[in-house]
Amino acid sequence: MNTEIFGIILMYATVLLIAIPFGSYIGKVFNNDKTWPDMVFNPLDNLFYKLGGINPGKDMNWKQHLLALLTINIVWFIISMFVLTNMSWLPLNPDNNPSMSGDLAFNTAVSFVTNTNLQHYSGESGLSYFGQLILMLWQFISAGCGIAIAAVVFFAMKENSIDRLGNFYRLFVRSCTRILFPVALVVALLLVFNGTPMTFEGKQTITSLQGDTVQVSRGPVAAFVAIKQLGTNGGGFFGPNSAHPLENPSYVTNIIETVSIFLIPIAMIFALGYILKRQKFAWIIFGVMTIGFLLLLIPTVINELGGNPAIARMGIAQPLGSMEGKEVRFGPAASAYWSINTTVTSNGSVNAMHDSLTPLSGMNALLGMMVNCFYGGVGVGFLNFYIFIILAVFISGLMVGRTPEFLGKKIEAREMKIAMIIALLHPLLILAGTAIASHIYANDPKTYAGWLNNPGYHGFSEMLYEFTSSSANNGSGFEGLGDNTPFWNIACGIVMLLARYLPIIGPVAIAGSLASKKYIPESAGTLKTDTVTFGILVFAVIAIVAALSFFPALALGPIAEYFSLY
Amino acid sequence: MKENIFPAIRITLVCLLFFSGLYSLINLGAAQLASNNGKGDTIIQNGKTYFTNVGQQFTDDRYFYSRPSAVAYNAAGAGGSNKGPSNAGYLKTIRDRLDTFMVHNPGVNKSDIPSDLITASGSGLDPHISVQAANVQVKRIAKIRGIAKENIQQLILSHTEMPLLGLFGTERINVLKLNIALDKLN
Repeated sequence: MNTEIFGIILMYATVLLIAIPFGSYIGKVFNNDKTWPDMVFNPLDNLFYKLGGINPGKDMNWKQHLLALLTINIVWFIISMFVLTNMSWLPLNPDNNPSMSGDLAFNTAVSFVTNTNLQHYSGESGLSYFGQLILMLWQFISAGCGIAIAAVVFFAMKENSIDRLGNFYRLFVRSCTRILFPVALVVALLLVFNGTPMTFEGKQTITSLQGDTVQVSRGPVAAFVAIKQLGTNGGGFFGPNSAHPLENPSYVTNIIETVSIFLIPIAMIFALGYILKRQKFAWIIFGVMTIGFLLLLIPTVINELGGNPAIARMGIAQPLGSMEGKEVRFGPAASAYWSINTTVTSNGSVNAMHDSLTPLSGMNALLGMMVNCFYGGVGVGFLNFYIFIILAVFISGLMVGRTPEFLGKKIEAREMKIAMIIALLHPLLILAGTAIASHIYANDPKTYAGWLNNPGYHGFSEMLYEFTSSSANNGSGFEGLGDNTPFWNIACGIVMLLARYLPIIGPVAIAGSLASKKYIPESAGTLKTDTVTFGILVFAVIAIVAALSFFPALALGPIAEYFSLY
Repeated sequence: MKENIFPAIRITLVCLLFFSGLYSLINLGAAQLASNNGKGDTIIQNGKTYFTNVGQQFTDDRYFYSRPSAVAYNAAGAGGSNKGPSNAGYLKTIRDRLDTFMVHNPGVNKSDIPSDLITASGSGLDPHISVQAANVQVKRIAKIRGIAKENIQQLILSHTEMPLLGLFGTERINVLKLNIALDKLN
């Protein structure tokens, strides 16, 4: 058991050791400072600009940035829809998998373009290799899009930035080629040489030692898994994601894949410190996020190692812990660690089935997504956190009775309205969605019997989880939910769309509006944002918003299940 | 909108060539140097090919059982049970598995049976069992195969995969490798 805890410590220490210097590197990439791989990437990026017909030197204001982002996302959606509904006759389909139905294609296209990677299909039977490669493209560039737009907000937070917020395409290309690509390549190669398949051959039929005939699905798995982990995408090549022994064959690959989840989200915080030249502010943000993460992690590890009390009552041993839905090669501690990593960052990959987690672990996974900014998704995680900073600044301003200021800019009614709308959008989408689904189910449980894989409180949790995951752009699931139906495909698709673009538009609008205001130099009366006190205040705002919004729903699901079981 | 649409389409196509195309090809090229050319690690035994990492169903009493699977070890449609911990139907399944195990392994203490032997894995393809899960089956296998218990225990010991560097992770046993070695004992 101790070796399992050591494994967790190793994974967290490794990610910190890499993420802190990598954050400075990301800062340099955004600032156009010199970095050592420039001699490779300068010509490469120039090729991208030339073929793309882009003038990378043209500065944009915040509205132009948003317009460019939304336009390119629409293009991606249209390409996705075409490919997913025509896979059966397109190339690279050795297993002869069918095309998707319209509603499933809509859900999948939205899911991958919005960096969610919610999957209402199983990769083995639901996609051709061509489909997989197209989705892998979105895994790169939707993540690059999130990183680029976070950079825009970073720039807007600088003094005297006004309208000089960089060029969207330039930030986007640099995010993809200089941040995501090199790391993805290293991770993919590590996976290739540690037993993860990378082939375009189809299924192989084998006869097992006992004499059964089975087919084994394969594919270009290593390339896909690397970027799925790094870009907080999370969509697995196979149905069971990184629980699948070909997607994650050993404890070593599990370390590599787990470290990849946190790497860029943590590095982005230090990139912010580099760009603003406020390292202490970055460390305060990091501190708040880390405390939130640990508060979710520690009880989850304890619960999973403790096992299922209903099984303990049968009189058998649970030396490993709760093993339903888990793999022996990882053990429950590493799976508990992954489950919180993946939910706080909006990654959504899994190495154990979340539906089978013990009740409070399931609740912590839900809470990670409900808060959605403890590290958060690549780029967008900081945007969510930014909203909470604005709220905290405003509240602390009220407490001392002066106009709230953040980094030398006055926060006024307009910014506050946007911040409140964005802060309340997430609970609205989750709770309204779950309420509608529960109503439909409760009215006619016979017709919708296929929805829920578990009765009672846990069944409610399955629906709550699906909407939370969609709204957090996470993509993990309580996968027992029978979700490939028009209702779930379309409802989740709409939630993912709103929950991706509005929380990008809001913070960028606030940052852009603040950037255009007059800079007020720091004085004795300025609220200092790089102090522990301010950190505590931000944490309190996050905790209060989450508790007030979600406690009733959690009480009906995982908390009720906990008391029925223990 | 107009000034954005053409750059958007063009840059997307460039990305398609680079990230879906070139990136995949680099990895595919590297995979030719990896074991079995990146087609998945295999064990070849008596002319038959098995995937090292893909678990197989073992329900025959002559072999060490592998873990239960929600998909019967179908590696073309893997998955877990997705049963919640309080689900009454699920708990009945667990109890039935336990009873079946007790019938096939007379004289075993309930408290010696580890939960990984009666719960389904996340992938339904778990290639491993815990060391305790192997030990609890020794008596049955020794009797059916007519091999001394000590020999089988020795086999388990030599097939136990230790935590990484002895420090990180779980102890485990690859059931397929163990059973192949078991066949060689006779």
